[in-house]
Amino acid sequence: MDRSRREFLRTSSAAAAGAALVASGRLAQAQSAAARMARLGHGDPAAQATIAIALEAARAAGASYADARVSLSRTQNVFTRERRVQGLVDNETLGVGVRVLVDGAWGFAATSDLRADAVARVARQAVAQAKATRGAGRRPVTLAPTPGNQKGTWRSAIQVDPFTVPVEDKVALLLAANEAALKVPQARFVTSSMFFLKDEKTYGNTEGTLVEQTIFRAQPSVNVTAVSKDFRDFQTRQSNDIQPMGRGYEHVTEAKLVENAPRWADEAVQKLSAKPVEVGRYDLVLHPTHLWLTIHESVAHPTELDRAMGYEANYAGTSFVFPPEKVLGSLQFGSPLMNIDADRSQPGSLAACGWDDDGVVPERFDIVKDGVFVDYQTTREQALWLSDYYRKRGMPVRSHGCSYAQSWADVQFQRMPNVNLRPGTKDLSWDDLIAATDRGIAIIGDGSFSIDQQRFNAQFGGQLFYEIKGGKVVGMLKDVAYQIRTPDFWKALDMLGGPKSYQLGGAFGDGKGQPAQSNSVSHGCVPTRHKQINVINTGRQA
Amino acid sequence: MSRPISLLEPVTVLTRDECQTIAKRVLGFSTAQEARVVITASARGNSRFAVNQISTAGDNQDVSVVVRSVFGTRSGTASTNRLDDAGLRAVVAASEQLAKLSPEDPEYMPELEPQQYRESIGWSNGTAALDPAGRSAMIAKITDPARAAGLVSTGYLETRVTAQAIANSKGLFAYARDTDAVLTTTVRTADGQGSGWAGAASNDATTIDSAALGARAIEKARRSVNAVAIEPGRYTVVLEPTAVANLTQLIAGAIGARNADEGRSFFTKAGGGNKIGEKIVDERVTLSSDPFDAATPGPVFTGDGLPTKPITWVENGVVRALNYDRYWAKKQGKEPTGAAVGFGAASLKMSGGSETLESLIAGVQRGLLVTRFWYIRPVDPRTILYTGLTRDGTFLIENGKVTRPVRNLRFNESPIFMLNNIEGMGRPERVSASESGNAGAAIVVPPLRVRDFTFTSMSEAV
Repeated sequence: MDRSRREFLRTSSAAAAGAALVASGRLAQAQSAAARMARLGHGDPAAQATIAIALEAARAAGASYADARVSLSRTQNVFTRERRVQGLVDNETLGVGVRVLVDGAWGFAATSDLRADAVARVARQAVAQAKATRGAGRRPVTLAPTPGNQKGTWRSAIQVDPFTVPVEDKVALLLAANEAALKVPQARFVTSSMFFLKDEKTYGNTEGTLVEQTIFRAQPSVNVTAVSKDFRDFQTRQSNDIQPMGRGYEHVTEAKLVENAPRWADEAVQKLSAKPVEVGRYDLVLHPTHLWLTIHESVAHPTELDRAMGYEANYAGTSFVFPPEKVLGSLQFGSPLMNIDADRSQPGSLAACGWDDDGVVPERFDIVKDGVFVDYQTTREQALWLSDYYRKRGMPVRSHGCSYAQSWADVQFQRMPNVNLRPGTKDLSWDDLIAATDRGIAIIGDGSFSIDQQRFNAQFGGQLFYEIKGGKVVGMLKDVAYQIRTPDFWKALDMLGGPKSYQLGGAFGDGKGQPAQSNSVSHGCVPTRHKQINVINTGRQA
Repeated sequence: MSRPISLLEPVTVLTRDECQTIAKRVLGFSTAQEARVVITASARGNSRFAVNQISTAGDNQDVSVVVRSVFGTRSGTASTNRLDDAGLRAVVAASEQLAKLSPEDPEYMPELEPQQYRESIGWSNGTAALDPAGRSAMIAKITDPARAAGLVSTGYLETRVTAQAIANSKGLFAYARDTDAVLTTTVRTADGQGSGWAGAASNDATTIDSAALGARAIEKARRSVNAVAIEPGRYTVVLEPTAVANLTQLIAGAIGARNADEGRSFFTKAGGGNKIGEKIVDERVTLSSDPFDAATPGPVFTGDGLPTKPITWVENGVVRALNYDRYWAKKQGKEPTGAAVGFGAASLKMSGGSETLESLIAGVQRGLLVTRFWYIRPVDPRTILYTGLTRDGTFLIENGKVTRPVRNLRFNESPIFMLNNIEGMGRPERVSASESGNAGAAIVVPPLRVRDFTFTSMSEAV
């Protein structure tokens, strides 16, 4: 890290010369260069040298700004069904992505070929591409200032590196969970899996920032299917009370899959004989394992600034939180109980990091305060769009640190951080909310979900639905989905849990962008109650 | 630099010989009883545009090598994108280590002997040669007219060039290469009150008429301003081909024979067994996958090396085939289907009729014209019931004419019900039916007039 740029260049030109000798044709991936990269990781000069080559080549070709990301990403999938291992799969991918600004136009190119000459070529190609993109009369991209010369390392706060745990132990645990589930009569099928990710990412830019991060993520899961004796019905229970986390193998151990499997199996079987819901309006009591997804879709997505400004109109959509100058600081998003913040520092959360993919240290910030919308999610490119608002409020004009790319092969853009519903001030629990409800439905676990392109109209299912009468759960329901208009739903929030009931839910597969990229994000929340929400029955006869 | 160098020249996609060389190296490092290697070389070029200008563009290339090793009936899989000897040795070793740690597999199937394959028909030099400047030129034919009209265009153009090979320790080898291109655009009015979409997909990018797409989206954006709210409920709908494809392709996700036989699929027969031989939709409906049909080029081999072949899933409304993988076929005494499910999805083609979109509309007393559906997610697998919304061009039809734009609506509906309620069919055409606008499997479907389509709520979203 302390090596000078001059040293980087000396190394890289030597490597380039060496590579040129052996590189004859597409297949000749230079062995010297490849061997050099083989142990790429923290503090590895090879990754830093690759970044230096890319940045120098981009600058020499005319870029006013450039950044480069080298990433070695490893994943492991273990998946089983009943008494059989269906797959043990290790994946590894290594490459570099180079992003440049030329005359205010972006260019991006990426390659898995890490020979010095290939890296320089891909940087020049990003520049050439920016030149192909710029045109007369276009509005130039400018970046909000951020402290340059960021140096350092960051690592997910994990206890056990999942890649050091023997695969036999993982297989044994999953098969034991399956066995425990299959002991429940009518629980006919069970699948279970573990997924782990370790991404070693080195980022550098032409403002002197050079940082290294190691990010871990883990998701264990079990899925039980019960089939009726007459083959006319089947129901599943997904174990999504266990959420994906930015943690290590300790997350799997703490999930207690074997101990919980019989309960999940029981619940799948109970769903077969649950009472079909009567359509109508109900008070909904929503568990954090369910609510995180409603927050994700109805709050986190519409407060992305690029959506609001029309940049995602062709796929992810735009936003009802628009136009910024008319909604910032004034839109009544929900009830005064509603406080939403964004935070990429939460330990164990999926979006946690030390620096975003703009090289910015993310900050915690408020999105909704006492029910009023107060800020959007931003990157360096976007923060300046809100300058007037920030100045008026006496806030610094800076990126909130929401830039992210799913891999070295994809360009970074605005992605949501962890977006959370803050706990209420009273120390209320899930049971307290149910006890206070006269006629309602309690929903546990996320299920079916769909929302329109401006995030107004949404429909959500769940895993488990319980009828509440007179403050008590009186039985299980099925075929439940609720339909909302986002601001009405959040204005109907009239009770929420206290700090002790706060927990993180989240997803690996948050999709946005073209080409579509996947983001991993957590949503912390507490149980909530929403008055008089429209419930439909989704059961139909084929 | 005068002209950008493209990564997408055909020369950068691995040739058959190059794949064979890599496969030999991999299999040479193998100490397993059986081994399989799948090599995928891909180059993707894309340009996004928003607010009438290109916002980001990107080119990337990658080669992945997936190795499956088998000892006895134990197997493990590992992948890498490092092609040097050290990288390939490491991926072979990783897969062998996983295999040795894996328990015995009661569903183990031995690797296939060498097979005969047909050539892929999905390659286009025009797609492979389209570079960033060429993409910019196609996009300008949308952004320039939109800007001139005071409208705001957004969209995405993607090209993919892929070479794929499979080889195993029994001497099986197959190689195929293909190209894909997709262009979609959403044009909105400056006040955000109108929105129109158009899209097209082809293996050959040069057949995509971007100016025509832009004109269609512009017209829809203008016509959709000041939409009126209508009551949700059951409507007769005229579905444009994209909307038909959005729903019809969902049937492919439920087509597995095993789930049906196990009692957890729409294709499960009440009392047990599956619905092969049962009529499930209107008799005018035939659904097929033919990788060698010029209209729907598809993969020529499956993930385990079976040659693909034309398959008729539904013929005149009756289920003719479900997808049997090698294990389930053996267990049930059937032939494996040879559909490329889960390995570069199979293409899909639906039968049509002779009507035009105009004549389909002319036959509606009161109903809706739908451009496309969005955020389509499963609700109930027992009926293939999905929910989602209309988007970017939804209109009221009165007395055989499109009269005014209407607010978008949420549906809760199944493609099975939709294909049972057909009143009229137009000519099939290739569409872009992925929500994300990414290049995907070829799908060719007709526009339809359908009665009793179920909408459950209204949306204010434009």
